[in-house]
Amino acid sequence: MKKYIKYNIALLVLATIVSCSDKRERQYQYMPDMYVAVPYEADAEKGATGVSSNLKPVNGTIARGNVPYEYADTNADYEKAKSELSSPLVQDEVSLEKGKKMYTIYCVSCHGKKGDGNGYLSQAEKFIGIPSYKDRDITEGSIYHVIMHGKNLMGSHASQITHDERWQIVQYVGKLRNDLLK
Amino acid sequence: MKSVYLHKRLTTVFLKSFTFLLLFSLSFSAIAQDVVDAARQKEGRKLYNNLCASCHKLDRKLIGPALAGVTERRENEWLKAWIKNNAALRASGDRDAIAIFNEYNGSVMSAFPQLSDTQIDDILYYTEVGNPKPVVAAGAVVSSGGQNEAPGWVISILAAVIICAFLIIATLLKTISELQGAPKTPGSLGALKEVWAAIQQNTFLHVVGVIFLLLTSAYIGFGTLFSVGVDQGYQPVQPIAFSHKIHAGENKVDCQYCHSSAKHSKHSGIPSVNVCMNCHQNIAEVAEGTEVEYNGVILRKNELDKEIQKIYDAAGWDAENLEYTGETKPIKWVRIHNLPDHVNFVHAQHVTVAGVDCKQCHGPVEEMDEMYQYSPLTMGWCIDCHRETNVDLKGNPYYEKIHKQLAEKYGTKEVTIAQLGGIECGKCHH
Repeated sequence: MKKYIKYNIALLVLATIVSCSDKRERQYQYMPDMYVAVPYEADAEKGATGVSSNLKPVNGTIARGNVPYEYADTNADYEKAKSELSSPLVQDEVSLEKGKKMYTIYCVSCHGKKGDGNGYLSQAEKFIGIPSYKDRDITEGSIYHVIMHGKNLMGSHASQITHDERWQIVQYVGKLRNDLLK
Repeated sequence: MKSVYLHKRLTTVFLKSFTFLLLFSLSFSAIAQDVVDAARQKEGRKLYNNLCASCHKLDRKLIGPALAGVTERRENEWLKAWIKNNAALRASGDRDAIAIFNEYNGSVMSAFPQLSDTQIDDILYYTEVGNPKPVVAAGAVVSSGGQNEAPGWVISILAAVIICAFLIIATLLKTISELQGAPKTPGSLGALKEVWAAIQQNTFLHVVGVIFLLLTSAYIGFGTLFSVGVDQGYQPVQPIAFSHKIHAGENKVDCQYCHSSAKHSKHSGIPSVNVCMNCHQNIAEVAEGTEVEYNGVILRKNELDKEIQKIYDAAGWDAENLEYTGETKPIKWVRIHNLPDHVNFVHAQHVTVAGVDCKQCHGPVEEMDEMYQYSPLTMGWCIDCHRETNVDLKGNPYYEKIHKQLAEKYGTKEVTIAQLGGIECGKCHH
């Protein structure tokens, strides 16, 4: 039996090498302490207090780059925003171009390239009933309010788009609406 | 005997005609039920999809109540008054109108004064008859998917069995021929022994053998070592059978719709559940015939609807009453792409500044039911791209001068990232 031990060891080594390529497991890491961050990483399961590191800003603070929005998600505040809110940005060709870029990422699937509510998801009847911009009485303020809080079936897109980008989208939506009304 | 025979025939005729009548009447009633005014249905459906569907579904509550059977619940006149201008109806003190307005927490329905009575009737007709039934062609039911392929180990075992069988047969044949009086041959084992003896005496073969062994083990050894820390092909099982193929492929949702932090941040984060809910608040079920291959199993509508339910559980969304319960729990996605801590890779730099397509590093994600790491993400892989890719020098007034100098220095119109300093150690390791 002694001579078989050699073969067994060889088989064992081979099996170990082969088992390294399991797609469900990560490969072995050389010096894991160089791979794994000492500070808390984004989306990490354990953060500073042992809970997820993916948290909302502490109450009373404003995350860097954010601009507070004072209007609540109510019908009354919708009307208020609609009548009094307007874009703080300089509205030129550059911001319009940026708005178009953002619109193409975040809005076009439902609202369509022209803003007529005929986006791909609408055509495929995955998400029906998208209104055309020309059929709605909307202003800069109301568009911004709806991006922030959502309305009816549209959810809030505040977490995906920054303050400036929202206003750029508002500018572009305004342009689309004017084109439709022509 | 004859009378009995006649009786039998009469009974048969009677029974047959009765069956025929029964069938006829049944088929007639079936036809009668199916008679739908297709033109009105189509017109009503078109109007409904354009104007009503953003808040109403036929079979279940959405922003507003389910509309199937609304004509049985309300008078036609009342419905017309409500649809044309529900605010005016409420102002007139109509008790039903105020009750339904309060039931839905005062969410205001748009007024539709532009609709004619005929159009409203068409919409109401559509809520009665519903969607046109899909025409199922006879014999269209074909078992899709078919047989799964046999796993690799079964094939290996079969091959081993076949080889063993051949060896056994060969030995048996040999034994038989020997028993029949053939001269005893040394056999393959004996032949091997002779060869081995020859090798033992030949120094040249010793040297060649040792070199061969060293090279083979070096190849295997280095290959193994080079794969240390390289997770190309890593495909962990995720908590939800989320298919990029359906979302990014079939539904053409932009990558950055969900991975929105890629454009401004170091990370292209995993979307939070509210982003899922932007669509899935409305989409509670997958379309008929959807198939997703996940973890070696093909999931169909029944299983996939449960996967959507997992989002609702995480978001604390009560799909019956359409409200958030506040009881949330995180979805524990398993991270796939992870660079070592000693590399500073920034998504914003690549996505926004350079305009690199996501696919270039992440591969054909729109074809992946189950996500895996496409690229090796090794340093050599980074450097290769930095050496080959030209920097877009146009339309950048801030760097215009330095770009011009660089182009002159290298004597070309195009400057690669490497020439711009993109392979200096400190660019990524700091």
